[in-house]
Amino acid sequence: MHDMTVSALSSALAAGEFSSVELTQHLIDRVKTMDGDYNAFLTLCEEHALQQASNADKARAAGQVHPLCGIPVAHKDIFCTNGIRTSCGSKMLDNFVPPYNATMIDKFDSAGAVMLGKTNMDEFAMGASNETSFYGPVRNPWNTGCVPGGSSGGSAAAVAARLAPAATGTDTGGSIRQPAALCGISGMKPTYGRVSRYGMIAFASSLDQAGPMARSVEDLALLLELMSGHDPRDSTSIDADVPKYSASLNNSIEGLRIGVPKEYFSEGLNPGTAACVEQAINEYQKLGANISELSLPHSPLSVPAYYVVAPAEASTNLSRFDGVRYGHRCDNPTDLNDMYTRTRSEGFGDEVKRRILVGTYSLSAGYYDAYYRKAQKIRRLIQQDFVEAFKSVDLLIGPTSPSPAFPLGAKTSDPVAMYLEDIYTIAANLAGLPALSMPAGLVDDKPVGVQLIGNYLCEAQLLNAAHQFQCATDWHQQQPVQGDMV
Amino acid sequence: MNWETVIGLEVHVQLATKSKIFSGASTQFGAAPNTQASAVDLAMPGTLPVFNGEALRMAVKFGLAIGAEIGMRSAFDRKNYFYPDLPKGYQISQMDYPIVGRGHVDIGLADGSVKTIGVTRAHLEEDAGKSLHEDFHGSTGIDLNRAGTPLLEIVSEPDIRSAEQAVAYLKYIHSLIRYLEISDGDMSQGSMRCDVNISLRPAGQSEFGTRTEIKNVNSFRFVEKAIYVETERQRDILEDGGSIVQETRLYDADKNETRPMRSKEVANDYRYFPEPDLLPIVIDQKYIDSVQHDMPELPKQKVARFVEQYQLSDYDARLLASDRDTAEYFEQVSSASDDAKASANWVMGELAAQLNRDELSIVESRVSAEQLAVLIQRINDQTVSGKIAKTVFDALWQEDSKAAVRVDQIIDEQGLKQVSDSGAIEAMVDDVIANNPQQVENYRNSAEDKRKKMLGFFVGQVMKASQGKANPAQVNQLLNDKL
Repeated sequence: MHDMTVSALSSALAAGEFSSVELTQHLIDRVKTMDGDYNAFLTLCEEHALQQASNADKARAAGQVHPLCGIPVAHKDIFCTNGIRTSCGSKMLDNFVPPYNATMIDKFDSAGAVMLGKTNMDEFAMGASNETSFYGPVRNPWNTGCVPGGSSGGSAAAVAARLAPAATGTDTGGSIRQPAALCGISGMKPTYGRVSRYGMIAFASSLDQAGPMARSVEDLALLLELMSGHDPRDSTSIDADVPKYSASLNNSIEGLRIGVPKEYFSEGLNPGTAACVEQAINEYQKLGANISELSLPHSPLSVPAYYVVAPAEASTNLSRFDGVRYGHRCDNPTDLNDMYTRTRSEGFGDEVKRRILVGTYSLSAGYYDAYYRKAQKIRRLIQQDFVEAFKSVDLLIGPTSPSPAFPLGAKTSDPVAMYLEDIYTIAANLAGLPALSMPAGLVDDKPVGVQLIGNYLCEAQLLNAAHQFQCATDWHQQQPVQGDMV
Repeated sequence: MNWETVIGLEVHVQLATKSKIFSGASTQFGAAPNTQASAVDLAMPGTLPVFNGEALRMAVKFGLAIGAEIGMRSAFDRKNYFYPDLPKGYQISQMDYPIVGRGHVDIGLADGSVKTIGVTRAHLEEDAGKSLHEDFHGSTGIDLNRAGTPLLEIVSEPDIRSAEQAVAYLKYIHSLIRYLEISDGDMSQGSMRCDVNISLRPAGQSEFGTRTEIKNVNSFRFVEKAIYVETERQRDILEDGGSIVQETRLYDADKNETRPMRSKEVANDYRYFPEPDLLPIVIDQKYIDSVQHDMPELPKQKVARFVEQYQLSDYDARLLASDRDTAEYFEQVSSASDDAKASANWVMGELAAQLNRDELSIVESRVSAEQLAVLIQRINDQTVSGKIAKTVFDALWQEDSKAAVRVDQIIDEQGLKQVSDSGAIEAMVDDVIANNPQQVENYRNSAEDKRKKMLGFFVGQVMKASQGKANPAQVNQLLNDKL
């Protein structure tokens, strides 16, 4: 059961091959026996999940249900879950039990999906290796000496290790796509505003976007259909119809115009990774796509612009964690300032503090113009690059991350090296464009991802092109070697 | 030296929306602490603000009322500072693109002149909660019921030159927001709060002096007093050759002095930046037209109409129109009594004095508009004299019945009807002449011009004999004839 994709599980449940309770129990057992190796889950929702599974089985017996009814899904611990601890990977929220659901969680609930558990993540989604989590790093199922990528590392590892058929993640600068690439699964960041941010703990509001992670693009389409749509509780969510993404997956991509940005093949790119991407491009050519090289001239500026905008927004988004109303509060504060200082010093980890400091600095009087305002200008230039590019092509293709998974600890002392992990993913966030990563090969027995970037609200086209690739290749079916397990 | 005081006011008005500016929680005043705070107001993780369109409508209404430019594209910004009653650690406000741009108001001064005060801008923002320092044994309690209540911050130009003008401006704004029904303007509940910026300069100098800002002065009287003491303080410093420190001060009403706020209470760098959780507010001419369509008659228009329709003086019209309830009461009396002048006099005179004495607002008046109208009719149809009418008014005030029939009933019950029976009056006149031979003698020996004055004595005597009920015109006539 654990090797099956969401769509295969959905058919099997519909055919009565097994029940959702059996499936859920099986995955719970797997998590309990195996997750000691990965640390992918922060909370296993055993009782809650079995209750939901039982409800799903009853609903299915009673008649028509949503395709995701009874499907176990793991949610990144950034989504608020009513009555279930939501930590955001931080000591600050170690004791935080929200009295409300994120809109996204409500949607899964209403489809009758099963919440298997909450997954580990970089603290407040700040990191590219899952090493900043208060709860310890996640290990890559392909090589437990390596990182799974981040910040949605727990979700990626859970899906790759066959602990969950699908998971949710969030992507502010690559936090779905990069771990998906490093763990050999498929992951998608939709257009900014496509999925509601309500109840998703904010890192950088203008960049954050939730999305699905799964073992096939077909599954991504199923999940995204459910997750998408306007939410009156999120003013930045887009009020546009949600296409039936699954329906267009098998369209021909004959004549599809795919652009290859030359800036995405710069010197920092691992040669093995580059070879995998080249191969993927060749595959698309075989599928009838028209490949052309083009330039996104401002893309070298995306990392510096991002590391001004994201920390600036984060610095104020995280001001609410002050020990007054919820979350961590220091013991025996002597006065207000002491409470603020010690609560935040104790509650936040180093990377979060670093970004709060950077962000506060760049918004300060006298520095605002030089940093924040300039970064916003660069952001518009980057956006403009894409607008230009999409005049002549339908999609862009390139690597997801510069290299395969690296060893734990390899980059923790060098923040800039860590930040460069997102060099190819950040631009899509700055521009608000949809992008996905899917497996495209192995280097040193570790997975490599290829990234597709589409135009605004062109998720259907993106998923169609990616699905066609997966029909022609089997990289997405490769799986890590695991010991004898449940 | 002759100093000129330069004042600019920042007025915070709580808008009377049913729910908060960015959440669905109620804005009702006086609920138990923290019972009107939603997850959004508590800044729970992951929650997001959603802008209340009603607050926009109210702000635009205000902008149109002061002839201001309306921001067709306005935007919210975050104003960052830590304080326990500010749950998000930032206040959502408007910095670069306010909803209301430059406008102006005309205020009437006591000397009858009119002064134009510029309004720099008015912007939308959210109120903070309240910190409660009593009853918590050394700790502080936080009540977030008020957090997220919509505020319109109205910033004036430094056009104000005296405490009198400042109060007149505030009263105008107060009257306007009540006219527009965008706020109850209740200063005791904090619905309207004021910061005063004040500086001095030698008369005739064009550049401004260094200013201080007095925060949160929350009554007209305190604004007036705070300006007096701060002006005096600054003048003393300047005349001693000192210089003013630009700072934020507090007005202490008990000591009647201003003092600097502790530096901790003053945040230095708010790190404003565009609020990424909210889209810019974009409105079009159609929207503005629809707001314009719903505009009530404004004080200025009402004054003009009162002068025209009721032939009132500009001063009287301004006084009556300064408050929407007063204007409404006056118009009710006037239309029912068909005597605008008398209605105006009663509303501004006897009624205003009584309300003032009992500290009541006009909607709480113990004499209803219908009663006052009947009373005025009884004066005009000579049932009672003006003087007796005041007795009737007092009786109505005492019993607080509001029923129009009580006017005639009281006149009957207390036998206050004017005596117009000429036989009865003549008898009283004869008595008075017979009983005061000396005064009659004096009167008859006096010159014509002096007699007029002396006649008053006899009139008084007759009125006294009639217990004030004799028709004064008839008394005068008969006395003139007989003397």
